[in-house]
Amino acid sequence: MGLLSWVLHNFWALLVLLFLALVALRIAWRIHKYGATRAEFAYVLRRSPFYLVVLTFCFFAAAPFLIMFMHSFKTDGDLYRRPQPFVFRQDPTLEHLDALFNNTAYLEFIRNSVVVGIAVVIITLVLSLPAAYALARLTGRWGERAGMLMFLVYLVPPTLLFIPMFRIVVLLGLKDDPMSLIVVYPSFTVPFSMWLLSGFFKAVPPELEEAALVDGYNRVEAFLRVVLPLSLPGIISTIVFTFTLTLHEFIYGLVFIADTSQRTLSVGVPTELILGDVYFWQPLLAAALIIAIPVGLAYNLFLDSLVQGFTMGAVKG
Amino acid sequence: MARLSYPLDNRRFVGMMFLTPALLYILLLVGFPFLLAIAFGFSDVTVGNTDLNFVGFQNYLAVWENDIFRQVFETTIRFTLISQVFILIFANILAVIFTQNFTGKWFARFIFILPWATPVSLAMIGWLWMLDTKYSPIDYLLLQTGFLGPNGILSNNRNLFWLATPDLSQISVIFVQVWRMTPLATVILMAGLSSIPTDILDQAEVDGSRFMRTLLQIKLPLILPIMVIALLFSMITMFGDMTVVYVLTRGGPVDYTRVLGLYSFQVGIEGGNLAQGAAISLFAFPLLLAMAIFMLRTASRAEVQ
Repeated sequence: MGLLSWVLHNFWALLVLLFLALVALRIAWRIHKYGATRAEFAYVLRRSPFYLVVLTFCFFAAAPFLIMFMHSFKTDGDLYRRPQPFVFRQDPTLEHLDALFNNTAYLEFIRNSVVVGIAVVIITLVLSLPAAYALARLTGRWGERAGMLMFLVYLVPPTLLFIPMFRIVVLLGLKDDPMSLIVVYPSFTVPFSMWLLSGFFKAVPPELEEAALVDGYNRVEAFLRVVLPLSLPGIISTIVFTFTLTLHEFIYGLVFIADTSQRTLSVGVPTELILGDVYFWQPLLAAALIIAIPVGLAYNLFLDSLVQGFTMGAVKG
Repeated sequence: MARLSYPLDNRRFVGMMFLTPALLYILLLVGFPFLLAIAFGFSDVTVGNTDLNFVGFQNYLAVWENDIFRQVFETTIRFTLISQVFILIFANILAVIFTQNFTGKWFARFIFILPWATPVSLAMIGWLWMLDTKYSPIDYLLLQTGFLGPNGILSNNRNLFWLATPDLSQISVIFVQVWRMTPLATVILMAGLSSIPTDILDQAEVDGSRFMRTLLQIKLPLILPIMVIALLFSMITMFGDMTVVYVLTRGGPVDYTRVLGLYSFQVGIEGGNLAQGAAISLFAFPLLLAMAIFMLRTASRAEVQ
């Protein structure tokens, strides 16, 4: 707490200092490597506008998250009474984080989201792995048409379908049951992952499968034993993005489930942590940030893979 | 081997077998509700009364002649078009930046991707606070720098009321949409930029083409089809979105930020009039379809050249 308190009290100064220190280190390293020549300084000067542009974009992207971080630790008095949002006048507190985990349904939201996400990922993989392979390799014109159809289906927004879906969910007796989300979410995760996966499958050299066929495998075995292991990195990134798609979904979750304890994160946090006109701001902001950071890291980690799958998926096979 | 003609060796058979389950699931899950939506639009079904009585075009006519619907429709189109302009500009700049190598790229990319990675409804909580009527940190900065407050340049008030005045609420929603959707368009454009064959770029370098010239005369024309795809994705996502306004404004003040998806939710689910809600959301469909066909055509035509 002492360290956290010190960091928060000096938040902005530390942020600027950290940045300047990194810049200084980087320049020092270049000088160490290339010598303190005039050309070197000219290079640094020439590059700085570029970094300024990057910095500006980063600032706009990060601003709300920095504020979310700071404000999660503010006491009510500090937050609401003659507000000075950028400094701490009272010592930071962990009571709101404590309240978020112990007095709200936050942990249940997380559990529901994880359960729904894992189940949807499994259904999606079972359906889309073979289908994507068929799109990438096996079918000719017929497959191209099916691929186009999938693309168009992906473009039908949930706002068009949630009303009839709601009726169907009620008829099936699945209202207020996360099962309804598990059944419905593949409607957008399957087209998405089929598209991505077919990109990864196209990247596997066809000669390898042909060799497997010559060795006496049938086509299903060639797919299972040769293509799948070779596309494992692509499959993992598909899993990550499918999971986060379910985490993002809002409308179906809002419409199908009214029971607090059954709601998912994206719906539960903004609807259950706001009571009428009463906003529990610190827990709200913390609840959002706690999810944002890991998902952001996962996206960044798998971004190159996503770009690659996207590129290959767009190339006609 | 060939003599046995084992079905699992047959390319077409395995292809069908692999593709059918996914196609069936999707057709059942999207096609059936879609037809049901159309049927609802022609009926008088409500949450309470679920009998499907055929009432003809009554719902569609009622919706079309409704002034609120007209305004909602117009707002949706305006939000979508204006935000796309900014998204395209920023996404192009960012895609060029992030396909280069520079110090701190990994961290910068993490920051810039956060708005897209965060579940929309949760990111909107952050903006709800940033744009709060009373406690907005932006207002505080403006107040300290003399833009607000007594004798302020922007307003004499201590607050701008970002989400509570007609013009500003619309600007706020558009800004937030641009903020969260730019990364998606950027990633799609990055895929386009990284798929340009390196020999073309090498040739340009050998010919003495400088950075800006390579960018404007070689890279941008080559990724034009992908730019159209990026535009299509973000337009359709945006057109069907209701999460942003649901969390930020619930459509207010009055109807200034009410968009199609939200309106259909409010009439269909909150108001219990399933038939009319379905009719409202169906009005989006022809527009979405036209947009998709037009853009896919443009993209494939550009590809041929």
